[in-house]
Amino acid sequence: MELLSFGDTGWGDELFFATLMTIAVSIAAMAIGFMFALIFTPLKLSKNKTLNVIGNCYTTIIRGVPELLVIYLLFFGGTGAAMYVASIFGYDGYIEINAFITGALAIGIISGAYSTEVFRGAILSIDKGQFEASKVLGIKKYIQFYKIILPQMLRLSIPNLSNVWQITLKDTSLISVTGLVEIMRQSYIAAGSTRDPLFFYSVAAVLYLMLTFLSMKLINKLETKYSKGY
Amino acid sequence: MISIFPSLFSGAVITLQLLVSSMFFGLIIGLIFAILRINKNPIIHKFAYGYSYFFRGTPLLVQLYLIYYGLANIEFLRNSFFWVIIKEPYWCAIIAFSLNTGAYTSEILRSAFQTIKKGYIEAAQSLGVTKKITFYRIQLPIAIKQSLPAYGNEIILMLKGTSLASVITIMDLMGEARKVNVLTFKPFEAFITAGIIYLFITFIIHNIIKYLEKKYGFQT
Repeated sequence: MELLSFGDTGWGDELFFATLMTIAVSIAAMAIGFMFALIFTPLKLSKNKTLNVIGNCYTTIIRGVPELLVIYLLFFGGTGAAMYVASIFGYDGYIEINAFITGALAIGIISGAYSTEVFRGAILSIDKGQFEASKVLGIKKYIQFYKIILPQMLRLSIPNLSNVWQITLKDTSLISVTGLVEIMRQSYIAAGSTRDPLFFYSVAAVLYLMLTFLSMKLINKLETKYSKGY
Repeated sequence: MISIFPSLFSGAVITLQLLVSSMFFGLIIGLIFAILRINKNPIIHKFAYGYSYFFRGTPLLVQLYLIYYGLANIEFLRNSFFWVIIKEPYWCAIIAFSLNTGAYTSEILRSAFQTIKKGYIEAAQSLGVTKKITFYRIQLPIAIKQSLPAYGNEIILMLKGTSLASVITIMDLMGEARKVNVLTFKPFEAFITAGIIYLFITFIIHNIIKYLEKKYGFQT
């Protein structure tokens, strides 16, 4: 227990801030994933063949390759790409992209693929009458989407999005390989310097369990709140 | 570009070995825990639930580190015969992956057990079939057939999971890709080629499962 005290002697405060970092990366990744999902869901549902193929490629490829590969590609490839772009503009120094941004982006791309599938399923399960009724009333396509389809879609996708959130939360542990100090990285550092890996990885496991448990409780509350009246 | 293929292929073989052995052990673990889950005894039931909750609630990386770095910390294990196994990263990875996929498999099989129509069991009972035979001849085959689609997804998730073996020094497909990246400073070639190989394996698994589903699938 001494090892977990706050202050200079223990790892309590470090692990606490690492937990906050994990939460921050997860939320950022989830938000980025939403943006990707909102772009790719219409593509997957569109009647245009080319757009359809683009949407399907995104979800199939991202869900078919390991998460670690996406992270490495962005982390190693991202630096190279950024330096290449900078060299066009005449800057030849070394550029290091922030680990938080690459991490959140990588996990966001992954969680976006899962969210896309969730949204697609939710839209497909919305009653056809809703589309037809709004069409009959002469509502424009994008207003129809934002005011009628989107709210229903979000409500329907809460249960499945909670799964995506769990996956995202667990995937953030992989960002530790790029050096971002979140729970996993902090436990690695602590385990290395105290030579007590069993204890610190157990603590990490407990922290992740706590996060998944608490977020489950929260999402269940949201679900009951938004399914009132149905 | 072509020179990186042999090393990536040798990595892919390791990846497949890891996948097959952890799926094999995971299936056994999953089956045992699924049976424990539907047991009426609350202690056994809670134990099985705790197992699956822990392994599904924590990242695979934590489990892998706990087994690879953590277990070596226990003096008692280090002096016992188990040390032969847990000092090898390869076996640690297989243990971690098996336990992880076992938890998910037990969850898949449990839900399959619970969705079996009561009528089947009642019919067996009224025909005087013993409980044991009802389980082995009726419940188990139906549960396995029903859980094929979900299990296919689990195999693909595990294939992606095996890439974590590279962080504990195993030269699987991911590890080889990292090595190529370090040696050649060509991240795109290395990782995209590895990605294509992963996608290819995923594609094959997907089609095998689809075929099995068509052949043995079970609709209630």
